[in-house]
Amino acid sequence: MFLWKIAIMMKRDSFMKSVLILILKRWGASLITIFIISVIIFIGVELLPGDVAQTVLGQSATPETVEAFRKELKLDLPPHIRYGTWLNDFVHGNFGNSLANGRPVSELIGWRFANTLFLALSTAMIAIPLAVLLGMLAAFYRNTLFDKLISGTTLSFISFPEFFVAYILISLLSVKFNIFPSLAIIDKDMGFFSKIYAILLPSLTLTCVVTAHMMRQTRAAIINVLASAYIEMAEIKGIKRLRIIVHHAFPNSLSPVINVIAINLAYLIVGVVIVEVVFVYPGLGQLLVDSVAKRDLPVVQASGLIFSIAYIFLNLLADILSMLSNPKLRQTQI
Amino acid sequence: MNNLLEIKNLYIEGFYEERWHPIVRDISLDLKRGEVLGLIGESGAGKSTIGLAAMGYARQGCRLTSGSINLEGIELFDATEEDLRLVRGSKIAYVAQSAAASFNPSHRVIKQYAEAPVHHGLMNYKEAEKEGIEIYRRLFLPTPEKIGYRYPHELSGGQLQRAMVAMAMSCKPDIIVFDEPTTALDVTTQIEVLAAVKEITEKMNKAALYITHDLAVVAQVAHRIMVLRNGRLVEEGETRALIKKPKEKYTRELLNVRALREEKSITDRMDVILDIKDVAATYTGVETVLEDIDLILRRGRTVALVGESGSGKSTLAKVITGLLPAIHGSITFLGKELPSELKKRKKEDLRKMQMIYQMPDTALNPKQTVRKVIGRPLQFYFGIRGQKAEDRIKDLLRKIELDPDIYIDRLTTELSGGEKQRICIARALAAEPDLIICDEVTSALDQLVAEGILDLLQDLQNKTNMSYLFITHDLATVKAIADKIVIMLEGKIIEQGEKKEILAPPHHEYTDKLLASVPEMDPDWLDNLLDERASTFI
Repeated sequence: MFLWKIAIMMKRDSFMKSVLILILKRWGASLITIFIISVIIFIGVELLPGDVAQTVLGQSATPETVEAFRKELKLDLPPHIRYGTWLNDFVHGNFGNSLANGRPVSELIGWRFANTLFLALSTAMIAIPLAVLLGMLAAFYRNTLFDKLISGTTLSFISFPEFFVAYILISLLSVKFNIFPSLAIIDKDMGFFSKIYAILLPSLTLTCVVTAHMMRQTRAAIINVLASAYIEMAEIKGIKRLRIIVHHAFPNSLSPVINVIAINLAYLIVGVVIVEVVFVYPGLGQLLVDSVAKRDLPVVQASGLIFSIAYIFLNLLADILSMLSNPKLRQTQI
Repeated sequence: MNNLLEIKNLYIEGFYEERWHPIVRDISLDLKRGEVLGLIGESGAGKSTIGLAAMGYARQGCRLTSGSINLEGIELFDATEEDLRLVRGSKIAYVAQSAAASFNPSHRVIKQYAEAPVHHGLMNYKEAEKEGIEIYRRLFLPTPEKIGYRYPHELSGGQLQRAMVAMAMSCKPDIIVFDEPTTALDVTTQIEVLAAVKEITEKMNKAALYITHDLAVVAQVAHRIMVLRNGRLVEEGETRALIKKPKEKYTRELLNVRALREEKSITDRMDVILDIKDVAATYTGVETVLEDIDLILRRGRTVALVGESGSGKSTLAKVITGLLPAIHGSITFLGKELPSELKKRKKEDLRKMQMIYQMPDTALNPKQTVRKVIGRPLQFYFGIRGQKAEDRIKDLLRKIELDPDIYIDRLTTELSGGEKQRICIARALAAEPDLIICDEVTSALDQLVAEGILDLLQDLQNKTNMSYLFITHDLATVKAIADKIVIMLEGKIIEQGEKKEILAPPHHEYTDKLLASVPEMDPDWLDNLLDERASTFI
């Protein structure tokens, strides 16, 4: 039924067709990448020093007990068979059980991954418009005090370690003025707005960290385009400068901007462990770190793979969007 | 009648090499309604700078130093940015050289047309759209109701250039500055744009500044001509008078560029060095871009490959050099059939066939010195190094008429366009080839510089008996150097033969069109041609 719909759309519009073919092609490439990553993750976890059975049972366990436990966990089978079973299960949505506490991995990960996404998306909602706006303004007021001020501020934020920014914000906004909570503790029963309120500080911290990168890229991309002949043409046509930036330069600098946004979004999902730890936020990053310490292999593998998928998916999205932003590529690149 | 535009004693400076240099010196001009003033000169003459200054605009790195620019009573020289903005586009508009680069690729053509009138507050978008379609129709754009709704890359070069002329008209300005509007176009497309310029200036009674380096082109549209060199006025006069009786030597040089060269005596007994039989090629694997190509090139002769862009000239060069393997047919070079793929060819075969490109800037490594550029083929093909190589490089530099002591240690970026092209020739010569493929080698150069390059190539051929395959769209070049002419259209050879045969009637229909489209140094040429075409349509 779904394929039938696609077929109808393809017939109706060659533009849709080329876009669809492109998406399918990139999707295929992404699947291969994910497969390779799954192998790498599996090998990486295999190479971790230590043994789950030993860790779980403790030093006092007899070799026989350890051996029996290993058998129960199917750790005695050769790696490629375990890999096959794991991948097969993963594809079918069965992430296995945690070795540490026996609970299903999906249950452990599910809610934490949702939390990570929630934090990432709320940060993105603030950071992306802010960065793009600041980037445009910096390009507009290029080489003025305003430009230097924006660049200076955002660059200093990116130069500080995340935990430093986090603690500064905590000491200022929650200790001194007591506006926001210093711990971002949330649970399943909280309402949307109280959740937002709870994560405002980590969100703000992350905004400080990612804005500079996106803003600098926006500014650079726009300034790069400002040297084009069509910008000179617009100036000669007597178009206002702000309109030139927003209407003529920005649409043509979208491609690099979209890419840097995707990288930062991916970072927000994958790389926020430190901020999660500082604010005691129950995200996936924290779980991953805990599980590595505990040798809880199914959890490590599953979260690793989920991170990779998120990363690849965002890059795929960026590719497609930046292609759609360019009318020339939209038609030719099939 | 009052002057629409009066420029008095204008000086402009440009910033390079760490300081300000004068680039336009003491230029005065005036322009009346219905009048077209031609500004002519080679690159660096300051033509475009003056054209932009007429709008009170200075490019980045330039500044208007002194003088006065009076546009319909408004002084632009020291006007505020906002005052200038109000004038630009609405009272005076600009048509740039490269329409492809001057249209914003992200917006539809008619949207860009409508932008100026809408934002100058003259009309709303709907009205602008309607007028745009009307102007597209007047400028003979195909399907005027629809063409504006395409993106710039969906239009051909000539269509875009006309769409830009239309865009300049959108606010009904009194003056339009045309900056080399036909330079990037084929001769046949050039006619369409020139006709559009005439349409505007004569029938709509506008004034125009027409900037070009081609005297024959400006003679068709301008009433008066100013000849510029190095930012100074060389001479000024009525078009007919200036062409008939130029006062200055420089103007005479510009006029003489197109003079036909003497026929070389040719013996047809020379041996065949390149024999192409029944060659076909494709990029996609589905559509062929070359078909049924048969071509013979003899030693010491020059074959000119002529056609519009997209006709397959450069593709044929790629097939001959093996960059694009032929899917069919044979290429015999110096009596041996060459493998179609580059990888399978022998070093010796590669050495004997060299190439010179259109853009000397991109064909030379900017980080290398002249010594390194020319020394490389010596080492690669002959294993010559050290003092021997040094002597050979100096020898080659003398052959291309550049002083070895001055040039040998220069970086390629420290050379002018003509000098760069000479270095490319020396690099090709270093391999001691039997055949040089010249791909539009003069089209990026100024007329007099190009003339020098053609002279050099001719001279080298007389001395070494090399053969040239000369790819070009410029028929003046062809007339100057070719022994044999091959005319291509849509991937096929439609006519070939000795120069005399091809240039003399009867022609193939397309050859006829191509030849008739080359402007002649006769101010009535365009009018006659347009009349003739109009009458044949009826």
